[in-house]
Amino acid sequence: MSDLVTPSATVGPYFAMRLPFPAGPYVVPAGTPGAITIVGRMYDGAGDPIPDGLIETWQADPAGRFAHPDDPRGPIPGGDTAFRGFGRCPTGRDGSFTIVTLKPGPLPFGDGRTEAPHIDVSVFARGMLDRTVTRIYFPDETAANDADPVLAAVPRERRATLIATPAGENLLRFDIHVQGAGETVFFDL
Amino acid sequence: MSELALPQYEKPRPGNQPPLDSPPYKATALRHPKQPLVLLPQRLTEVTGPLLGDSLITMQDADLTTRYAGEPLGQRIIVFGRVLDSGGRPVPDTLVEIWQTNAAGRYRFYVDQHPAPIDPNFDGTGRAITDAGGGYRFITIQPGAYPWGNHHNAWRPAHIHFSLFGRAFTQRLVTQMFFPGDPLLPFDPIYTSVPDTRARARMISEFSMAETQPEWALAYKFDIVLRGRGQSVFEEPHA
Repeated sequence: MSDLVTPSATVGPYFAMRLPFPAGPYVVPAGTPGAITIVGRMYDGAGDPIPDGLIETWQADPAGRFAHPDDPRGPIPGGDTAFRGFGRCPTGRDGSFTIVTLKPGPLPFGDGRTEAPHIDVSVFARGMLDRTVTRIYFPDETAANDADPVLAAVPRERRATLIATPAGENLLRFDIHVQGAGETVFFDL
Repeated sequence: MSELALPQYEKPRPGNQPPLDSPPYKATALRHPKQPLVLLPQRLTEVTGPLLGDSLITMQDADLTTRYAGEPLGQRIIVFGRVLDSGGRPVPDTLVEIWQTNAAGRYRFYVDQHPAPIDPNFDGTGRAITDAGGGYRFITIQPGAYPWGNHHNAWRPAHIHFSLFGRAFTQRLVTQMFFPGDPLLPFDPIYTSVPDTRARARMISEFSMAETQPEWALAYKFDIVLRGRGQSVFEEPHA
């Protein structure tokens, strides 16, 4: 544990002056073959939409690889693509957000087990002094989800909060309940 | 048997970070989880992260004072420092994003209805990429204090919002930079939400005479420390 780390502070209500950018929600460019759209809303403990929130996503590519020097498996075969891995979307007045991406591949956990396809999510908002962290899993990965070492640590009755629901062709829904009924599982990272 | 050697990022001491439930900051009441957090091991997704570089940056992004036809009003300042990890290692090539009020304490954003003037020559936003030594440098205007609705006669001390990525999802940090000697700090429920008083003070910049430019601008130094990394190997017990 460290005594030196700079404390977190809330993004406040004015982050949207700087943080959103037009390509932010597009982890891959619109129209990319195989792209999926994840839509959702962010809700507070009273069940009201959070209109001044922000989500960021980070994930592996469809082959389960990261363009990053700390991935010990080395560079992605085939090199750079338009896949950014990172998404950022502020919430609208109705708490809604959208991310357009490719479904990530499974990942080695490091002990012989495999992590099911997932997307890490940072949640920011006015009224949050620090980000909260959650994960999006996929509804068509029942067997992989059942074997996922992270989901295994989540109380069974709460796991469904981490699994997106089908909402149409190439469309998934993932709502974030910061508090209250159906509260989303958040992680201690 | 597979194994993956991954860096592991240390956790901040609990008193060094603000609790998500902090009653003096009223908006936390309905916006903090009440269920226990679940431990997330730092595996591939957590020890990697977006390396956002030049594609988002233009030269002018770090100078907030020369974007418009006229000069912005207020005290010109240089805000500089280094992004480090808690092991003292510089964090190079990482995106730093800032946003702030103008000299009158007004954000140029529709949400802000505080009756202070908007400065047509100042939008209050900037971006920079750290250099090889983790250094960054913005030229901007001293932001103002402003009232907010948290409690009677509530005023935010002057501050600049900072957003940092580091090199891993685990290191992501959004914070606020304050100014030395600000009399509003002890009354600010965001500043005082950090339990440890020495940790709070790490959000206060330091006046730098050495970097202050004659006839031109005052300088404030603000080093930002992200969670540090150590090497560790995660593997199955050897048979």
